[in-house]
Amino acid sequence: MAKTVVLERKPLSLSERTYLPQIATGLKTTFSNMFKKNVTLQYPEERPVIPQNYRGVPTLVKDPNNREKCVSCQLCEFVCPPKAIRITPGEVPEGEADREHVEKAPKEFEINMLRCIYCGYCQEVCPEEAIFLQQEYSSSGYSREEMINNKEKLYELGGVVPDKHYKWDKKKKAEQEGNSH
Amino acid sequence: MELWNSLELWQIVAIKVIFAFMMIGAVMTMAGYSVLAERKVSAWMQGRVGPNRTVLPFIEHIPVIGPFLKGLGVFQPLADGLKFLFKEEIVPGHVNKLYYYLAPIIALVPALTTMTVLPFGEFFTEAGDRIPLMLADLEVGILFILAVSSLGVYGIVLAGWSSNSKYPFLGGIRSSAQMISYELAMGLSLLPIFLWVSKPGIDVAALSLVEIVHSQDQSMWLVFVQPLSALIFMIALFAETNRLPFDMPESETDLVGGFHTEYGSFKFGIFFVAEYAHIVIGSAIFTTIFLGGWHFLPWMADPWPSTWIGSILGVVWFLTKTIGLIFFFIWVRWTLPRFRYDQVMSLGWTKLLPLALANLLFYVILVTWLDQPAS
Repeated sequence: MAKTVVLERKPLSLSERTYLPQIATGLKTTFSNMFKKNVTLQYPEERPVIPQNYRGVPTLVKDPNNREKCVSCQLCEFVCPPKAIRITPGEVPEGEADREHVEKAPKEFEINMLRCIYCGYCQEVCPEEAIFLQQEYSSSGYSREEMINNKEKLYELGGVVPDKHYKWDKKKKAEQEGNSH
Repeated sequence: MELWNSLELWQIVAIKVIFAFMMIGAVMTMAGYSVLAERKVSAWMQGRVGPNRTVLPFIEHIPVIGPFLKGLGVFQPLADGLKFLFKEEIVPGHVNKLYYYLAPIIALVPALTTMTVLPFGEFFTEAGDRIPLMLADLEVGILFILAVSSLGVYGIVLAGWSSNSKYPFLGGIRSSAQMISYELAMGLSLLPIFLWVSKPGIDVAALSLVEIVHSQDQSMWLVFVQPLSALIFMIALFAETNRLPFDMPESETDLVGGFHTEYGSFKFGIFFVAEYAHIVIGSAIFTTIFLGGWHFLPWMADPWPSTWIGSILGVVWFLTKTIGLIFFFIWVRWTLPRFRYDQVMSLGWTKLLPLALANLLFYVILVTWLDQPAS
């Protein structure tokens, strides 16, 4: 059990009872504060430094070959606690011979930023490393509709993220060398 | 005074009216800019930047000066004033309309009336006479100031009562109680000054502010002669102008906004300006009585010539001292916490009043002893 110590307070001396020396000390403190550096960040002109592991707006990313990484498995849609994500699965667009009929791609991918709580579960759950919470932190709009990020917007925000795996390059290489899987 | 005798009555009146408007303009401008100073100084003391966005469109484009003025927030008072003017006038349904409208006016009028007897410089005639620059040279100047400035509390009390709601009511009560407690100490702290200044052997001691300023020419400032009187007067001045640490009527933390809780838009603006006008006038009075008015430094002759240049420099020097004191007011506000209401009362009645009385007694005895004819 914590020991309680009752502090004996000394009676105030005459100079302390006039308050004046204390007031003088206080005045000195505030005066010296006037010449210290300001801590204000003049926001729209000056921006704060965003740390590397910041959880900003969720975005979709492409791999360095400019391919969509999302395969619309809808795991993020399932895991999303506030149900902010809505995915309409679709086919891989024409012209990608090796991916066609192998994987799917999202036809539409919507994240409602009015619902999103920036928890990062979608990033954590994504098996394809296609969704990331990046450094963008200010999203604003004039209507509710504007606050729903569609696929186009999400890719625009996400950009290209360096990929360690190059899944499709590996697959192609393996296929060519006759050792798939 | 032969200057005045050569003029018609209407000319004198016209000149006085023009002077009065100039003076009101000056005091109101200073009040407006002390609001800005308050915001800026508080910002600097708290590590912030303060208002630095308001600017007039054409001034913005002047290369160096424009951004500098913008950074200082020089145009902020303009924006503040316009905001108060253009806000919707809301009158709560439960107020007493007449007194509700009257209160801000009553708060502002005494603040502006006291400045009529305030000397702020002197004019040298060709004959070598010094004519003090003031609207009305009253023989009982200080009495007038004490009497009229105490009327300012009526505005606050009236606002508190007519608002017909609890927080303004408490603010009004506190204000009147505080007024009574500090007015006494304030008056008593000034008496030794007049004892000291009055020449021995005269029948009637002059209560003129001009006399006080002249007595400090090339001699000690009265703040060094009577530091205790100056201290008591200063504390009472803080209480009279409702500044922290004595801003009982307002105490925004426990009374929401105190007496002006129910006020908005321009009526609130008038209260606001009245408060700052009180500070400006209070600082000017303190400068006049204790800091040598427009005279340069203690024991030094004024370094400026006895011409119109000298009068202007004297006025500027007077304003510098006043602005320094306004800064001190602001500085104290952002340093000290508010006294509790009962502490304010006990400080006023049990500390300041006996101290002021003892101070008066001491100087009565001292002055009597000094004035004894050498026998």
